[in-house]
Amino acid sequence: MSTTVIPELPGQEIPAESRVNYLNASYGVKSWLLTTDHKRIALLYLGSITLMFFVGGFFAVLMRLHLIEPQGALVAPETYNKLFTMHGVIMVFFFLVPSIPATLGNFLVPMMIGARDLAFPRLNLLSWYIYIIGAAFTLYAVISGGVDTGWTFYTPYSSTFSHTSVIPTALGVFITGFSSILTGLNFVVTIHKMRAPGLTWFRLPLFIWAMYATSIIFILGTPVIAITLFLLGLERLLHIGIFDPAIGGDPILFQHMFWFYSHPAVYIMILPGMGVMSELITCFSRKRIFGYTFVAFSSLAIAIISFLVWGHHMFVTGQSIYAGLIFSVLSFLVAIPSAVKVFNWTATLYKGSISYDAPMLYALGFIGLFTMGGLTGLFLASLATDVHLNGTYFIVAHFHYIMVGGAVMAYLGGIHFWWPKITGRMYPDGWARFAALVIFVGFNLTFFPQFVLGYLGMPRRYAVYPTEFQVLNVMSSAGASILGIGYLIPLIYLLWSIRYGPIAGPNPWGAKGLEWETPSPPPTENFEEIPVVTADAYDYANVGGSRV
Amino acid sequence: MLTGLMQSGFTNMAAAVAAIPIHPTSASTISDSVDHLYYFLTAITLFFTFGIFTTIFYFMVRFRRRSPDEQPADTKTHMALELTWTIVPTLITVVIFVWASSLYFENSRPPEAATEVFVVGKQWMWHIQHPEGPREINELHVPVNAPIKITMTSDDVIHDFYIPAFRVKKDAVPGRYTSIWFQATKIGTYHIFCAQYCGADHAEMIGWVYVMSPTDYAAWLSGGARSESMAQTGERLFTQFGCITCHVADNTGRGPSLVGLYGKPEKLRNGDMKLVDEALIRQAIVTPNSIILPNYPPIMPTFQGQINEEQVLQLIAYVKSLGTEERKTNGK
Repeated sequence: MSTTVIPELPGQEIPAESRVNYLNASYGVKSWLLTTDHKRIALLYLGSITLMFFVGGFFAVLMRLHLIEPQGALVAPETYNKLFTMHGVIMVFFFLVPSIPATLGNFLVPMMIGARDLAFPRLNLLSWYIYIIGAAFTLYAVISGGVDTGWTFYTPYSSTFSHTSVIPTALGVFITGFSSILTGLNFVVTIHKMRAPGLTWFRLPLFIWAMYATSIIFILGTPVIAITLFLLGLERLLHIGIFDPAIGGDPILFQHMFWFYSHPAVYIMILPGMGVMSELITCFSRKRIFGYTFVAFSSLAIAIISFLVWGHHMFVTGQSIYAGLIFSVLSFLVAIPSAVKVFNWTATLYKGSISYDAPMLYALGFIGLFTMGGLTGLFLASLATDVHLNGTYFIVAHFHYIMVGGAVMAYLGGIHFWWPKITGRMYPDGWARFAALVIFVGFNLTFFPQFVLGYLGMPRRYAVYPTEFQVLNVMSSAGASILGIGYLIPLIYLLWSIRYGPIAGPNPWGAKGLEWETPSPPPTENFEEIPVVTADAYDYANVGGSRV
Repeated sequence: MLTGLMQSGFTNMAAAVAAIPIHPTSASTISDSVDHLYYFLTAITLFFTFGIFTTIFYFMVRFRRRSPDEQPADTKTHMALELTWTIVPTLITVVIFVWASSLYFENSRPPEAATEVFVVGKQWMWHIQHPEGPREINELHVPVNAPIKITMTSDDVIHDFYIPAFRVKKDAVPGRYTSIWFQATKIGTYHIFCAQYCGADHAEMIGWVYVMSPTDYAAWLSGGARSESMAQTGERLFTQFGCITCHVADNTGRGPSLVGLYGKPEKLRNGDMKLVDEALIRQAIVTPNSIILPNYPPIMPTFQGQINEEQVLQLIAYVKSLGTEERKTNGK
């Protein structure tokens, strides 16, 4: 850690072991399962979503192994269909959606705004229990034979034709939605009402702006998926004739309702990542963010426009040409705020003091992969090319560049950045940089060939495929094995560091932000005294000064 | 010798790299124009990706931290720069939008002269019918250089009829008719894929388009067992299902005569004006009470569940053929 600055702070001389903090304030299973401390709840979430990530990842590994052979190397088509469905359901609803908000957001929102907890601590704990109940239903569906509808649950296949555990899965997703709504509500109220004295809206860290925008989508969007899945359940159980044309329903209606939530949900997954980005880029280049207001308002613009673009998932369903035109133009519009963010992050590096610590490598990887993911979205917003690419591997590659290359990179970058704050320990920096590199290489080798496969016309969700697609599929599978190893390395050294890592100190990165002005791990009440804020966020030019 | 080995090694490697397909066959009148837009978008993507990557790498090296206590000066937000990188991408997307949309608009309208072919998706096969009579499964024979319009629906779940070589794709939705059109430009055999997940054997729901020279196509049409045309089959079904007892041609039955009905706007009992097209005729067969003409009692029974989508298409073909005869008579 040659590049870090450890400022002298009061309390620094007391070893972390003997000081009372949120981790050692009380012991025992009960003290964790009944905690209302936002930091402990964040760790409960961290454990649960990490488990779900590796379950979902395991399904992905099986899929990629299967696709090494054109006729399928591993499982029957029915099983393959369950694999991609469970992979999608678990990764989207039980990992990506809660990932950054429920772990880093829970931990950091009160700390970044100088509060002692979220506005509703018990509601916060409730949201974790709701998540666990939802996850239990979905895992039950996996064990009871799995589900094969695809994570999109398209009707009438899901309502009438599938013979798998659709109801338990949908119920799991339905229940988990309430945990998102409660988290969003908690964040909005906390950010409005509990900011430290002097912490005006435009002094907030951009991570808070991103959390705020995400919370708005949580609150407005999640009820729609709940209604949609509820209706799907009614249709499947009682045949009431909403989605099944054989009894007077409309299957396309389901797609409208599903994407009305699920497109904004894409931004639930990426907006928090963008927030993490702004924290990492500024810290490791020691610069104020370039264009603060543009970055802040672009988050809100994305949150709002994201509700108006759902129809671009349905250009080939027979939707009217004119509806297609409107959704196309709105989809281009939502790309602009994302582009503005990328340019601002890049400009922030200019004349900075850039260090190559592990979180920064994840951040730089994010910018590159997110840029590619975003730009390939233009192919799909363009009506004429979407007709060819829709439903192919091009789509798969595009959203994995955003979701894995973007959201997961940002999540890992954030975990590495705040790990010393969360645990009070440092992880081995060399291993962390190595893992970032392995993930970057593995990721590109996995998903770049899929763009080409899609352009060649290989449809997604194919358990078997014509032989001419084999070379690219083998490349993709080879990449996936590298990527899989890349994800296991941080799991090992982060767990190792909890016990054996060097003591981190309150601010190992020399970062600005209120969360760095309290010891690591923080005391249960976060701050001995509520800080008073006198400066803007990312005040890196103010040498050694604190915002308090 | 070593050089020779290395050379052959490189040649092998180059051959292996060259063996990776990167471009799909282009075999329709629209596929090249879609590809041109694709290339343009690829160029934009490469330009910005490399631009961002290069800038980041340059900044990483040029502005790397040289001492632990280095303190860079503050930069002010640059309004002109912010506006530039907001407005320039907006303008680029406007260009892409106009290009892509006008192309899509053109590609969505089939030429008047297009020959119709009917496709019904069923778990997990494609049933294809030509108006002249031939029926195929998972195979579609078409003449080269002639516009073909495909009207499709599904008997069960949503499927998607996709011919990558022609760059066309559309969902086959149960309860609806959707359509695509294409004009093949190269004789050959091309993949048909189902591109909407439809259950266990989704990946086996594939077939071939055979693009044939006009003479080969004519031979194919007249070859095999001489089958009746779709309209003739429809006429047979019209009797078989008892439609004929009410829908009498001279308008003396309990239901309206269907002669000359196709393609005309009709006023329904509830006052709506509706064009009599494929979708309306289908609706009238499946849910008759939703399409009642004034002056007729709502007594027609539903045929939902008794008739399959292919038979509906055959009945429609028959009703259409009645329309043509009517127009001929009027023309005399």
